[in-house]
Amino acid sequence: MIFVTIGTQEPFDRLIKAVDEIAATIQEEEVIAQTSESAYVVQHMKTVAFLSPVEFNKLFDEARLIVSHAGMGTVISALTKQKPILVMPRRASLGEHRNDHQMASAKKLHELNFIHVAYDEEELKEKILALIEAGDPQPLHHLGEWASDELIQSLQKFVHP
Amino acid sequence: MKIIAIASVGGHWIQLLRLKQAFKGDEIEFISTKESFAATVPGHVFHTIPDGSRWNKMKLLQAFFKVTGILIRSKPDVIITTGAAPGLMGIVAGRFIGAKTIWIDSIANVEKISLSGKIAQKFANRVYTQWPDLANSKVVYSGNILS
Repeated sequence: MIFVTIGTQEPFDRLIKAVDEIAATIQEEEVIAQTSESAYVVQHMKTVAFLSPVEFNKLFDEARLIVSHAGMGTVISALTKQKPILVMPRRASLGEHRNDHQMASAKKLHELNFIHVAYDEEELKEKILALIEAGDPQPLHHLGEWASDELIQSLQKFVHP
Repeated sequence: MKIIAIASVGGHWIQLLRLKQAFKGDEIEFISTKESFAATVPGHVFHTIPDGSRWNKMKLLQAFFKVTGILIRSKPDVIITTGAAPGLMGIVAGRFIGAKTIWIDSIANVEKISLSGKIAQKFANRVYTQWPDLANSKVVYSGNILS
């Protein structure tokens, strides 16, 4: 199963439409999408609206690939749960977010080779196909449960001087 | 030591939970914007405030009063937040109750500190960035929530 999530803030029809189109061509693979206020009418995926953290985690755990916007919450969840993740950043110029921080953070994490990134819809479709056709996609990076020791120690020192 | 940890739901919240390890021996209470997120911090007091993320002025004001009320009743020694608007409220209100306040700018801010983070610099006792390039005399870099 592929789990598609765009967070809960704003619609992201460019991503939903691209994944819906690719879902039509891979009918043997179930695709479940968390959408909000989408103007695009989904045809080939199962959709769900807002999920509680418990429901969200269940779908997340069952998926073999996560496709999402470049929101850090989803990215961090994928890296800690060792789920392969492919992101497409929202663009401010298309009204998808207030600014282009998703583009910047996606590029940064792409450079670090933590995540798969598609910068437009065509690349997104190509990368989904390539990832699932190569067998079970593997996570690129694994994060532990906590922040870096450096940050934890700095906070402890500041709070308990 | 009593800590109040604040973040709006989503990425800010997930980053906040990764800091819990720093406060093992302390009492931590949480503030966020959706009640269902209480399930992610079992055993802790959890306060829900209205979601001001869409910058609806009335809701922001309500949220600010609610945050201030919680801080006055809970009397934390330390307030820590990873953003966004609710965290800034906690930093500002925390200043008035004499708590030590810590702002950690979201890891999503790779190229510049967030607008809320810039405002937090005027109120917080310490502001962290999670990217070394953004550190300066007022903003500290010391690792990030990745590990």
